Amino acid sequence: MSDPMRVRATEKDGIVDVKILMKHDMESGQRKDAAGKVVPAWFINVLNVKAQGKDVFNAQFGPAVSKDPFLNFKYKGSKGDKIVVSWVDTKDDKRTDEATAS
Amino acid sequence: LSLHSNPSMAQAAANKFYDLPKYGNVHLLHFTDCHAQLQPIYFREPNVNLGIGSQAGKTPHLVGEYFLKANGIPAGTRDAHAFTYLNFTEAAKTYGQVGGFAHLATLVKQIKASRPGSLLLDGGDTWQGSGTALWTNGQDMANAALALGVDLMTAHWEMTLGEDRVMEIVNKDFKGKIEFLAQNIKTADFGDPVFPSYSIRNMNGIPVAIIGQAFPYTPIANPGYFVPNWTFGIQEENLQKTIDEVKAKGAKVVVLLSHNGMDVDLKLASRVRGLHAILGGHTHDGVPIPVKVQNAGGTTLVTNAGSNGKYLAVLDFDVKGGKPVDFRYKLMPVFSNLIPADQSMAALIQNIRKPYESRLQEVLATTDALLYRRGNFNGSFDQVILDGLMAQKNAEIAFSPGFRWGTTLLPGQNITMENLLDQTAITYPYTTVNAMTGNTIKTILEDVADNLFNPDPYYQQGGDMVRVGGLQYTIDPAASMGKRITEMRLNGKLLDADKVYKVAGWAPVSEAAKNTGGEPIWDVIARHLREIKTVKAVQLNEPAIIGVSGNPGIAPISI
Amino acid sequence: AQAEEWNKAAFEGKSLDDVFKALGTSTPDKSSAVTLNAPDIAENGAVVPVSVTSTLKADQIAILVEKNPSTLAAQFFLPAGTEAFVTTRIKMGQTSNVYALVKADGKWAMAVKEIKVTLGGCGG
Ligand SMILES: [Mn+2]
Ligand SMILES: [Mn+2]
Repeated sequence: MSDPMRVRATEKDGIVDVKILMKHDMESGQRKDAAGKVVPAWFINVLNVKAQGKDVFNAQFGPAVSKDPFLNFKYKGSKGDKIVVSWVDTKDDKRTDEATAS
Repeated sequence: LSLHSNPSMAQAAANKFYDLPKYGNVHLLHFTDCHAQLQPIYFREPNVNLGIGSQAGKTPHLVGEYFLKANGIPAGTRDAHAFTYLNFTEAAKTYGQVGGFAHLATLVKQIKASRPGSLLLDGGDTWQGSGTALWTNGQDMANAALALGVDLMTAHWEMTLGEDRVMEIVNKDFKGKIEFLAQNIKTADFGDPVFPSYSIRNMNGIPVAIIGQAFPYTPIANPGYFVPNWTFGIQEENLQKTIDEVKAKGAKVVVLLSHNGMDVDLKLASRVRGLHAILGGHTHDGVPIPVKVQNAGGTTLVTNAGSNGKYLAVLDFDVKGGKPVDFRYKLMPVFSNLIPADQSMAALIQNIRKPYESRLQEVLATTDALLYRRGNFNGSFDQVILDGLMAQKNAEIAFSPGFRWGTTLLPGQNITMENLLDQTAITYPYTTVNAMTGNTIKTILEDVADNLFNPDPYYQQGGDMVRVGGLQYTIDPAASMGKRITEMRLNGKLLDADKVYKVAGWAPVSEAAKNTGGEPIWDVIARHLREIKTVKAVQLNEPAIIGVSGNPGIAPISI
Repeated sequence: AQAEEWNKAAFEGKSLDDVFKALGTSTPDKSSAVTLNAPDIAENGAVVPVSVTSTLKADQIAILVEKNPSTLAAQFFLPAGTEAFVTTRIKMGQTSNVYALVKADGKWAMAVKEIKVTLGGCGG
């Protein structure tokens, strides 16, 4: 089971500012290990964010997104919005975490 | 050239030299990049400080006679000695040493007394650069800054003590006394501010905002592992927001206390609105006349206040009707024998040094040559380090970083451990010996050259070119990245791109090099100096430089 | 492109043109309505913060790194009510131009900025 995400959502003037820090090695398939063997690619490639059950953000990643991916976006919303973040990686591992807009 | 043997005449001359009539109602005192030099020292300004592209021939890229002419300073004067390398050895003997916190303290007290409400700003690079700063983890400089009466500071080399130590000094020693400002340092996770961006102080009834700007490229120029949880950068947009915020809060004078370096500050001033002045540091340029930069919001004064405790800057604004209507600026050289030592600061320094005095005073060798560091390509003290590295590590090529700190020794002086540490005291002093291909060597030289000579200041990091021992090369500073370095030769033979060469160096920024943990540079060079006993005439290994004829940022060396 | 299904063709593109093609566009016009905010020099090539904003009513944003082995770093889909803004962090193997693409009203526009990746060392 992967580590939880950190999600911070703050509302100001009707706009919710969402910051997400995922926990993932994001192996690009370019890196070699100590023995000189290529470490196979393994990265989050699809992410979805819902607020109050409705899509507010979708992302797709390639291998060049940094280890422990970070996202910041803003949508029209309210304090108390229930925000659900879900990702899937290239090995079909999944993770979902929640936060409430404050 | 004149020396006063008569003390009362000397005092009269000093009074005249430092007599600065009060002007206006907002007063800012500024020093920067003292690099932990608590004692008076010699410091030779560069004879190579090239400006490339649009910076060619402009402040601060003027040396020697060109500098004097542009700043209206007569040759052969005390000021000419303070601001240029000209006739250095003889002039240094005539006018004596510069800086020293005890002398600086007297001057600060005198200026503050004449200017009620004034603030003392420290531009950073204060906690690093000496043996005692290294051995006390910057505690000596924290104590000295408190005793000097610093009000606000920003930072660069401070960060090489590590995040935890910086926070300890800021939150314990400085709490309620010195404010540590940096609008451009954020946490690496969510981008939250680490330090306050600004401070608004009421001065003689006028709200004055000081915004802090730490060195933007700290985790690149120095090891990133010292600041793993913080990010830096120029952060122009956030700076504009901060300026707008302090204005909205009523600030009538807005000043940036910056460690960007002069060229970055000049570009920044042209793009950001609402700054009345940028009091700058990092590039160690002594700039007597502020550059007036036009931007969409009006005019911003840009200064740089030199290094090594050599100068104290005083900026006076006359604020009328809610805005500055005029200013006066003076960059005062601190001549140690013109200013009596402040007794309490002298006692503090003596106490700091006491446990280390015998280690500091150890004589390693004597020098027949003038030993200095500053200059774009090489300095004679760097050459001594390169020669020592090659000899002690049995390497055919040596690299030494292009630091701009490091004091000067006159011919005939002893080289003490203290002097050696003034050139080398860092928290990542590891020496390295690497097998590098000709290709790798070229890549390194090109990379550093671009950090120095990229025509866009935002792509510059403000150090000097890596010093090179053993290897000759040709450089065309105005060429583009990858095309500046040619004719790399070892013993007259062109380097082979694929052949492997043995290269010694020090101050690696990678964590891997830290874990390997090579012998500290000061041990290697101390051994070398003890062996050679006397530094004879130093043969500077400098590159052939193309395309700079007529550039007033370079003058032939006349030691 | 569907938001839910990974855009394999685009992410496997090895050049700007490959990616433009996969996104169904020729080379987009440079536009002052697109802003790419990123450092001039990367503090760490493995973690380069890149921020894209636009005054257009954008429904997609893409970030491309010309000299990376796979050119497309990330693609974002913005439902109505979500601002034309995103910040993320990307890897860069070497100094390169970085492209911010914004799709609005069925048309892509872009901004370009060079980000330098350096070996580091030295200093004043
Ligand atoms: Mn500095
Ligand atoms: Mn400095």
